[in-house]
Amino acid sequence: MKWTRVMTVARIDLRRLFKSKDYWVPMGFLASVFFIIIPFGLLTVVTSTTSNDLVNKIGELLQTLPGPVQDNVVGSSPQARGAYMLAVYLLAPVAIVVPLTISSAVGAHAIVGEREQGTGEFLAHSPLTIREIFMGKMLASVVPGFIATLAGFFVYSLLVNFMVGPLVGGWFFPTAGWWILIIWVVPPFIAMALSVILWVSSKVRSTAAAQQAATLVSLPVIISAYAVSSGLLINPVLAAVAIGIVAWVLAIAGLAIGSRSLNRESLLGFGGDG
Amino acid sequence: MPAAIEFSHVTRRFGDVVAVDDLSITVPEGSITVLLGPNGAGKTTTVRLTTGALSTDEGSIRVLGKDPATDGDFIRARAAVVPPKPALYDRLTGWENLQYTADIFGADHSGIAAAAARFGIDNALDLNVGGYSTGMRTRLALARAVLHDPQVLLLDEPTAGLDPESARAVLNLIRELAGRGRTIVLCTHLLHEAEGVADQVILMGAGRAQIAGSQSDLAHRFVTNPSVILDAEDRSTLARIADHELVVSAEWNGSVHVRLTHLDHLPDLIADLVAGGVRLTRVQPDNPTLETLYFEMQRSLKDRV
Repeated sequence: MKWTRVMTVARIDLRRLFKSKDYWVPMGFLASVFFIIIPFGLLTVVTSTTSNDLVNKIGELLQTLPGPVQDNVVGSSPQARGAYMLAVYLLAPVAIVVPLTISSAVGAHAIVGEREQGTGEFLAHSPLTIREIFMGKMLASVVPGFIATLAGFFVYSLLVNFMVGPLVGGWFFPTAGWWILIIWVVPPFIAMALSVILWVSSKVRSTAAAQQAATLVSLPVIISAYAVSSGLLINPVLAAVAIGIVAWVLAIAGLAIGSRSLNRESLLGFGGDG
Repeated sequence: MPAAIEFSHVTRRFGDVVAVDDLSITVPEGSITVLLGPNGAGKTTTVRLTTGALSTDEGSIRVLGKDPATDGDFIRARAAVVPPKPALYDRLTGWENLQYTADIFGADHSGIAAAAARFGIDNALDLNVGGYSTGMRTRLALARAVLHDPQVLLLDEPTAGLDPESARAVLNLIRELAGRGRTIVLCTHLLHEAEGVADQVILMGAGRAQIAGSQSDLAHRFVTNPSVILDAEDRSTLARIADHELVVSAEWNGSVHVRLTHLDHLPDLIADLVAGGVRLTRVQPDNPTLETLYFEMQRSLKDRV
């Protein structure tokens, strides 16, 4: 496998994507909703509320959390502690949902799109190996999701530090658990989902069918994401490292299986069951 | 000449459909071979098998001395395919499409402008391909095909739906590359475009090579009564030529198209006409067109069945 050719495939796919406003506009909106609009709305309510009833309910909720978790939640008032918990823990799955959705949309189109547009014929007759094509497509699908994560994470950090920071003693985000989640856990989760999507893409004939499969894959990954965030509540660093290791192993296995499912005949549109 | 492409009893099925059935053909190195046949004859499958994009169910293939099943990357790096619908990326510019190909095939970017200019597409390289006309797309596909100077060029219905200028660009490319010793395979059902360019014509039908040979060989085999065009200073002196014993029939179409019992009888016919006082101004062999040959071959096949 020549990495220069892998990068060529990835680069050209990214360039095509970059020129597709019909893809970027909804995806940008999605990222804005999860990284800006929802956090801003929730944190505004919690930090600016004057309702004693709401403040009391937040306090009661915090009291129900396990002892080790309560120790990790920073802030002197129930309002501050509630805002901290929201910012650090409740929105954690977002870090996976957004890149997963973005990458899935790219991945679902990566192979099937080549077939639908007839460009699969060009790839099938090219000297690129199947593994080079698969890895190129994989990279081109991972990169937009990961860049969206980093950008969203950066904006989200500014937002929560600006809104919650004054209540909890200054700059508090990102925490160690979040760093590990973004750098160590999110990429294998994306790769895992994409390996399944690309595998399905080599079997079906339309982008619509591949996107259906992407939806099915997203569900268990989102559930896993909540599991990750639950683990992060108790021991953020250890949970993230452990889940990351499992995710990487599954991702590598998924990639190996996914790359074997693709062949030149499927690029031409044969061998599908759709 | 050694074979650039050799199919030996190759069969390829898609479910119950046999696309290529016990196909055995040889394409000599540096030659132009035309695969003729109606839609569904197996031409496209043959092209795809050649590069290893499709695998065989039975039989063996050698291309440039290698097996596409095991050395496909070697073959694909030295071959180019122009499919019926140019497989181009609509959201990319012409330049970006060519650059992508150059990078994949390891060709120098310095050749991009020249390849585009060669097919008259250099002025549109900055535009997205989605806005190209059919002719422009084919020209770009041709430019892409020659970027890495392929040893084997496989053209699958390249002139379908093209304007005359673009169709001529295809035929000029074929002649030029063949002149440089490249091997060309042209699949078509448009007989006029293959006229005169083929070193070898293979008539395909139902996934098989029904008949193969050079155009002149096929003419000898399938056109039983050769034809010549005659004209005279005084055309009335040719009025009774149809009655001559060496002539099968005569048709007037400005000049006279005479079908002979055999081409070897032409000198005798000329001698008789001259002796009879006819002052001939034109004696020209009327070689059968590929179209004539095609239908003669089809008729022969039906008779055989």
